[in-house]
Amino acid sequence: MNAWNRKDLVALEGLSAAEITHILDTAAAFKQVGTRNIKKVPSLRGKTLVNFFVEPSTRTRTSFELAAVRLSADVVNITATTSSLTKGETLKDTALNLQALHSDIIVLRHSSAGAAQFLAERLSASVINAGDGAHAHPTQALLDLFTIREQLGTIEGLHVAICGDILFSRVARSNIHGLLKLGAKVTLVGPSTLVPKVFERMGVTVTHKLDDILPDLDVLNMLRIQHERQRKEYFPSLGEYTAFFGLTKERAAKLKPSAIIMHPGPINRGVEIDSEVADSGRSVILDQVTNGLAVRMAVLYLCAGARGELK
Amino acid sequence: MSSTTLLRNGRIIDPANQRDEVGNVLIVDGRIADPATVTSRKNVEEIDCTGLIIAPGLIDLHVHLREPGQTAKETIATGTAAAAAGGFTSVICMPNTSPTIDHASVVNLVQDKAREEAAVNVFVAGAITKGLGGEELSPIGSMAKAGIVALTDDGRCVQNHELMRRALEYAKMFDLPVMDHCQDINLTGKGVMHEGYWSTLLGLQGWPSIGEEVIVQRNAQLAELTGTPVHCQHVSAEGSVHILRRARSRGIPITGEVCPHHIALTDEAVRGYNTDFKMNPPLRAQSDIDALLEGIADGTLSILASDHAPHCAFEKEVEFDHAPFGIIGLETELALFLKILVHEKKVVDLPKLISMYTLNPARLLKLDRGTLSAGAVADVTVINPGLEWTYDKTTTRSRSRNTPFHGWELKGRAVRTIVSGKTVWSA
Repeated sequence: MNAWNRKDLVALEGLSAAEITHILDTAAAFKQVGTRNIKKVPSLRGKTLVNFFVEPSTRTRTSFELAAVRLSADVVNITATTSSLTKGETLKDTALNLQALHSDIIVLRHSSAGAAQFLAERLSASVINAGDGAHAHPTQALLDLFTIREQLGTIEGLHVAICGDILFSRVARSNIHGLLKLGAKVTLVGPSTLVPKVFERMGVTVTHKLDDILPDLDVLNMLRIQHERQRKEYFPSLGEYTAFFGLTKERAAKLKPSAIIMHPGPINRGVEIDSEVADSGRSVILDQVTNGLAVRMAVLYLCAGARGELK
Repeated sequence: MSSTTLLRNGRIIDPANQRDEVGNVLIVDGRIADPATVTSRKNVEEIDCTGLIIAPGLIDLHVHLREPGQTAKETIATGTAAAAAGGFTSVICMPNTSPTIDHASVVNLVQDKAREEAAVNVFVAGAITKGLGGEELSPIGSMAKAGIVALTDDGRCVQNHELMRRALEYAKMFDLPVMDHCQDINLTGKGVMHEGYWSTLLGLQGWPSIGEEVIVQRNAQLAELTGTPVHCQHVSAEGSVHILRRARSRGIPITGEVCPHHIALTDEAVRGYNTDFKMNPPLRAQSDIDALLEGIADGTLSILASDHAPHCAFEKEVEFDHAPFGIIGLETELALFLKILVHEKKVVDLPKLISMYTLNPARLLKLDRGTLSAGAVADVTVINPGLEWTYDKTTTRSRSRNTPFHGWELKGRAVRTIVSGKTVWSA
């Protein structure tokens, strides 16, 4: 039996620990490729990958594009403004058109939860979820898992806290699934409006006091906090947020010496994370970016392989 | 040439007359007559109802026929054909059409069309506010004159309590009940499913129970203040049941309705993002279902309905966030309620279930239907309560197929639907 048999990667909740570990192991091999003089492998030569971004993103799209290029695939980028979605075509019709053009892999970023699953159920092409609403962002979680494992040697038994706007965060949800599956203890922290207790039914702990948990953590993952119109009902101001949940130098000093600090980016310096802390030795924020490339190469490679398309 | 039909040897359940006995029902020229008056068997159409229930024609007071203006989803002809197949002899159509039924001329249009094309009786509900806008009252008096049987902004909910108060006061002058879709839109925001564990897991925005409950409470207080009967449509939340129970025990003229999906399914059904599980109000938790069943058992919730809401396949086959709310239900509601309420949970007996589809809605809307009294219009539904069957949505008479019950094994169904003495559907 193969370690990976799925044409799509929609979310982590349906995956086994073995499948997640297999992706991480495959990514480790691809990370080696990135250190060579010639960074390209021919695995996906002749295949077409469509970066279909119905919601704006620069870093995730670029990461997928670079991953595909390193696997020798041809890449097309479509964003919401250039796609027909603004002309009233449905997601289903746009996707069927992409398939009619013989796209092999569709990387979808969409503002609606469930959009990636919607496409995966309807297309024979591989669908890779690059973020669907507040639901899932599996490759971000995988690169976070990869980085933790790389830095601390294991995931099992670690205490990982995710801090911020959990309610609307697909990064948090995917991390929760992946971390729990690999045996970590997970604590969610943030304002009571953005981190409701109902999350505890997923098997995590919810707290609203960051200071209390800092000494016990192995990993602190700080999410980007935003205060646009919609969020004004959830907390009063960025200043107040920083006062209670910002990772200041004082708070960082309470962490264990071995603890690492993560952030999915882009960071708001001085808001959820102090600028110096973000640049400090225990911050692995840029390692996450590098690892994202290897993880995405692994995901593309495995999903294409499951469709019997590898050379 | 007079026409005479004899429904023979059925279990006659007529809650309006507190009747439950085996016997015959005679129909002469579209009216119920005394069976003793049959003198000759000549020219009598006899229908054997042995082992079947003979009930007053069922009434569904919450149906979207989509005409005028949305005939790709449904028409008066197709919607009432589905009603007939489900055992309904009367439906009350909702005013959120295009144009809105907020004017006597549109009421007349629907009535005229129904007279020509409908398989069953169509009674019209008029909008409370112009264009369902929630800002100014519709011409309620002229619509009442045109024959509407209730007011509702269904699909929307009047947010302004002052306007709702005046609507109730004004409706009282015309003896019209007001049916309300209970939803505080600030509390429900962009919610697309029940707020709870599953919305948290799926990353979908929650539509919390409190968004319904505060409006049910508002309606109870306004019904008490004005004395106008208020009917809370598609009650879904546990808290709403408690509020209705308290209000009714104090004699406030308020009623509540239950739709089958709210007791047949929980929010967990949304896990695959299938939009046939998206409705408003949303599927809720098991504790809500338990409360609804208790409310049905003790009479707090006294009316059953479908909220039949057809949508085209292409409208529903989109991202969950973007899909319209609602499912079709006319052909499955009776079977689902029989299966769950009577056979499985034994929450009510057959006479009580039938009263929730006949006597109770007829009383609320002051319709001269829902009874088998001698002289009444001969709307009759013949039911086989134990018949096991499987619902296949591809056979629906509705123009739409947006149902979560495809392939469900059901128990009990109407086998004959008679409107004004004429069989309009039989199995």
